[in-house]
Amino acid sequence: MELVTLFIGAILINNFVLHYFLGICPFLGVSKKIDAALSMGVAVTFVMSITAVVSWAINHWILIPFGLDYLQIVSFILVIASLVQLVEMFIRKTSPPLYQAMGIYLPLITTNCAIMGLALLSALKNYDFAEAVVFGVGSGFGFTLAITLMAAIREQLELADVPKPFRGAAIALIIAGIMALAFFGFSGMIK
Amino acid sequence: MPSRTAGQDFLKGLWQENPIFRQMLGMCPTLAITNAVINGIAMGLATAFVLIFSSLLISLIKKVIPNQVRIACYIVVIATFVTIADRFLAAFFPPISKSLGPFVPLIVVNCIILGRAEAFASKNSPGRSVIDALGMSAGFIMALLILSSIREVLGSGTFLGYRILGDWFEPWVIMVLPPCAFITLGILMAISLQIERKKGER
Repeated sequence: MELVTLFIGAILINNFVLHYFLGICPFLGVSKKIDAALSMGVAVTFVMSITAVVSWAINHWILIPFGLDYLQIVSFILVIASLVQLVEMFIRKTSPPLYQAMGIYLPLITTNCAIMGLALLSALKNYDFAEAVVFGVGSGFGFTLAITLMAAIREQLELADVPKPFRGAAIALIIAGIMALAFFGFSGMIK
Repeated sequence: MPSRTAGQDFLKGLWQENPIFRQMLGMCPTLAITNAVINGIAMGLATAFVLIFSSLLISLIKKVIPNQVRIACYIVVIATFVTIADRFLAAFFPPISKSLGPFVPLIVVNCIILGRAEAFASKNSPGRSVIDALGMSAGFIMALLILSSIREVLGSGTFLGYRILGDWFEPWVIMVLPPCAFITLGILMAISLQIERKKGER
């Protein structure tokens, strides 16, 4: 039951983009077309799930037993960077169509703070293995939901008459703010 | 690139290439920690420290780094300085370190730093890289200060923890919550674009 709550909480309430402000760069950068946004979301969810597993393993089997917690930052970033590289090579060999769909977004994920944030947050909150995995997958879904909704709104926005200084980034930020307000409505769902 | 003086290297970070309003880099910490001015200052200084020292080191060792693995090398250099900043804050300013939470370690993926390393420090002399880093940091701190002042004054009626608005003022709690971070920054960005457009017309 707790895991279900954690999962729903990670998607709707503690949404990575709208609550923790992680992954804002792709959220604003790749949200002009729905299909691109969806592919980005899928790629992020995928990498997040793997990162959750690997960073948990490194933290609990290597860093903590040897008292090396101060190396967390360096080791997580290196693990994420090499992981993304491996995933990219693996997908290119095994599934070219999937690579076509996700390919260009994968390298961008390395500098996506959502991934690093996930590794750090689950270390900070001392999640056990099951919780860390559920948190990783849930956060990935939450990111996908937010970026897809954003892209859907921005596609409609193409037809709207936005005042000139607000065009581009400014209106996107204001929409994100209104979305965050709407997501606030979910916060009563779990304690 | 046309040759520029040191002053221009510094000043471009403040407005022309302001990391937040112009280049839209480093948005995550900007939005997340600007609910109080003190957090904005701490974050700005921590980022400035990492940016200045990693720019200096990267531009010193740029000849030694093989081109193919340069990004990985930059990341290791940056992560080292971030660890120093993180440990320093945790040791000497525990409350600040607590309220910034995971955002101090997250400086490592702040795109301003990697962006400056790749775009400037890897091509220019150490002196110019430091000046460039100083300018970018000043621009970043300025933007954080503006945003966090607006949010703290309207959201809790205080500035740096001191009450500046009287009892008549009902704090707009929403200003310190996530949604208004987005909306305030959106409005500020529109204002900066409008100023730029007015300049262009003249």
